[in-house]
Parts: sequence; C-alpha cells; structure tokens
Amino acid sequence: MKVAIIGVGTTKFGEHWDKSLRELAIEAGTNAIIDAKVRGSEIDSIYLGNMSAGRFIGQEHVAALVSGELGLSIPAVRVEGACASGGIALRQGILSILSGQDDIVLAGGAEKMTDLMTDGATTALMGAASQEWEAYYGLTFPSLYAMIARRHMFEFGTTREQIAKVAVKNHHNGSLNPIAQFNKEITVEEVLNSTMVADPLTLLDCSPITDGAAALILCKAELAKKYTDNPVYIIGSGQASDTLALHDRRSLTTLDATVKAAQVAYKQAGINVDDIDLAEVHDCFTIAEIVATEDLGFCKKGEGGKLLDEGATELTGRIPVNTSGGLKAVGHPVGATGVKQAIEIVLQLRGEADKRQVKDAKIGLTHNVGGSGATAVVHIFSR
Amino acid sequence: MGYESSVPLFWRLIKPRYQLIGNKCTTCGNTFYPPKFLCPICRKEGKLEEIKLGKTGKILTFSIVRSAPTGFEKETPYPVAIIELDDGPRLTSQIVDWKEEDLQIGRKVEACFRRIYTDGKEGIINYGLKFRPI
Repeated sequence: MKVAIIGVGTTKFGEHWDKSLRELAIEAGTNAIIDAKVRGSEIDSIYLGNMSAGRFIGQEHVAALVSGELGLSIPAVRVEGACASGGIALRQGILSILSGQDDIVLAGGAEKMTDLMTDGATTALMGAASQEWEAYYGLTFPSLYAMIARRHMFEFGTTREQIAKVAVKNHHNGSLNPIAQFNKEITVEEVLNSTMVADPLTLLDCSPITDGAAALILCKAELAKKYTDNPVYIIGSGQASDTLALHDRRSLTTLDATVKAAQVAYKQAGINVDDIDLAEVHDCFTIAEIVATEDLGFCKKGEGGKLLDEGATELTGRIPVNTSGGLKAVGHPVGATGVKQAIEIVLQLRGEADKRQVKDAKIGLTHNVGGSGATAVVHIFSR
Repeated sequence: MGYESSVPLFWRLIKPRYQLIGNKCTTCGNTFYPPKFLCPICRKEGKLEEIKLGKTGKILTFSIVRSAPTGFEKETPYPVAIIELDDGPRLTSQIVDWKEEDLQIGRKVEACFRRIYTDGKEGIINYGLKFRPI
C-alpha cells in the first residue's frame, strides 16, 4: 500500500468535565498537525470518527464543526460504525489517498460521553446493537458481551479467572501510559469482587465511559520522507460486516467479521500472523480480547484463556496485546478508540513507547469492532 | 428509546412483537424471526412466506442485567437470554418467573406476553414477548 502516517496526536483520555467535544477534537488534531510538521493548509480532507454526538451532546454535523474550527474549507466527513468509527475513519482516509484525490488527510476520532448520566450513556451506546430486537428488551452492551463470555466458558472451558486476567494485564500496561484514564494496577481478586454489572462480568471487566479525541496525519507514501525521517506505513486494511443482532450470527463465540477483515488485511500486507510483533485489539469488555486473539489467529479457537495463563500477550510475551492498556485502561471514547489504537502502534514502531516499548517492533496490527461484532476493521502497519 | 415515540413505530411491529410470526424462504427452506424483507441467503431468488412459530425453545446463553438502560431502571436485576426456538430461529429476550436454577444453558423455555417498558412518563406502554422456564 502507498500510504504513510507522518503525525499523531491525542488528548488525555478520561472524564474531561471542563472540555467540550470541539475543544477535545481541536486539541488532538492540532497535536497531530504539529507532530507531522505539515501546515494546516496542506491538508486535503478530514475524516472524523464519531459514533453518537447527536445522542451524547445533541450535536450532529461534527466533521464540519471541526473543519470550521480549524479554519479549513476542505471536505470534512463524519464516519460512523459505532465503536469502530475511528478505525473506519482511518480506512476512509487511506482510501481517499489511494483514490488519487488527496495527498494529505487528517483521520481522527472524537467522543464526548460524560455530558450524559450513566443510564443515558448506556442507552446511547445501545444504538450500536439492534434497537428493535435487542435494546427493546432491556439489553445492554455489558449483557451482550456477558452472553458471549458465558457461551465461551460453556464451549471451551474458559475460566472466570482467565477472563479477569485481561483486565489485570491491561491495567498494568495502562499504568505505564500517560494518556490512560486508569493508571492503577489491579488484581484478579479485585476484578472478581468488583460490582456485578451483567453476570458474569463485573465493573472491572468493562471499559469505562470516556471523553477523548485522537488524530492521525496520513500522506501518500512517496511524500512521507519530506515531512519525517520516521514514517510508519500502512500495509494492510480490511473491513467486514455481520448482522447487527448477536443472536442472528453463525457463532456466539467467534466474530466472523473479525476473521474476514483479518484475512483481507493479512493478504494485502503479504504476511501471516506469525509476522505480527504486537497488536491493539478491541477489549471493550475483557472477554472481547480473548475472542479477538483467537479470531485474529494468535492462538487456536478456544485457547484465548490459555494465552493469558502463559503470559504470551504481556509486554514481554510472544505477541504483546494492548500495550497501551487497551480500551479497558486507556478508556473508550467510542469514536476515538480506533484512531488511538493506530497511534499506539505508530509510537511502538517509531520506538517512542517509553516503558511500554516492545523490543524490535517492526509490524503491528490494530483491530477495532463496532457493536457486538457487526463491524470489524483490521489494519497492519510496518516501519 | 428514551424519547416519546409516535404510534406507527409500534403499530407496524404488532405481528412479530406480540406473536411469534416470522417467515420462511421456500427457495432455501430457512426460517426467520423477526421476519425478513429479503432472504439474506437467496436474495433475489428467494421467496418469503409468513409462518407462525411454536412458542417453545431453549436458552443458548444468558446474563443478568444489574445496570439498566433508561426505562428499565426499576426492573433490575433481570435475566436476559439468547433463545433458540424449537422451530429454528434465535432471538433475544428477558427470562421471567425464574429461580436461580432455571438460569442455565439448555433450559427449556416458552414465550409469554408481558409488559416490556413505559416510554417516558406519559408515553406508550410497550408490550411484547418474554420467556419463562417450563
């Protein structure tokens, strides 16, 4: 592929009671523009991942809001695929460059979630599931993923402790990440004993409600060296869909959209799974990371729990997963998450991940999911 | 939903919401609930016919909601499940009239007509199907 990332920028992720969506988006975008050493006037298009500003803050038309604030009159497009909005915004930015239309693109994501109370935010997030046939009956996202967890435990013997280990690992990584919402280490016992949200998942199995924004500056690969000595190249991009409702899927323990998106991305990159040095996967709930590591091929189906027992996905393991702290510890401002995942991989491949640095990282992968698996986006990056 | 909605939204869903009415594609033989508007397997070669499904099925997986969305706050804790009907299709709903031992994968259940939630203070009372152990 012929697209490079030449700049990255984020806000801190967390509860930004003093900042609006507008302020968060501008802060991340400006940081990315400065990092890329481009002038604002060189940007050809903006793609902004945002799931539900209409529900969260009553504001639609947010891409034009951001371009207007940046003083740019270029095309600005909001991209929505629930929690995968950020990953899709990145993909749309890539396609925009590959089409020949644009040379330099700002691909970002932003979400302002804490202006609603918890039940309002829970309701807004359910817009990512089937409104008529899941949300109508009082389902919540924790309960949808809890049903995946229950079935995974039933089919493969995955234990409650193995599931909790995802949160423990990701909180450890988050403790090393300055932008993370949570910088505190936790134990398996704390996960198991925290408030039950949707059996068998507890509060510490769930990613939090977060405000935040993240942005990438993409450019045509042959222009990259003009701006930076350290470009990161996108070598594979795959996206796939499945039914909105979990109950309509072929399997309750495999996300077919992930499998398909990964196949496309691996093929495009001309690599196989063993070539991946590290990955950021969509751990909106602990069980989701276990399912993702299986569906991406890091282990056999049903052995995601064992992978955690072996420590294979820790910072020093065979295939470090969620070195940033993941959605679990960094936080999950839904539209920004997919972009933040790419930023972590860029920092790792540039050798700028500080205490989280994976030694000799050359190829990284991001995996971003919308809803309970109706959308999946996989990207592969190389130095 | 959270907002007060207009009546047609509920009216057009009367058949599948209040009864287990789905459809069947006579080309591939697959049965769907809720009814499809296009057979996702045969697409333009498909031919859909309305059918009434039996009300019994079994629990494939379940959870108990303890942190509820708007409109369901007073109901917690309430169990939810994915149910496979004996006639084939799978759906999501709540389990009612339950005891702890009823919540297990494989448990037989049947549909029953219940109130689901009230749409705001003066809004419509929404009804539909929940499932009880048999």
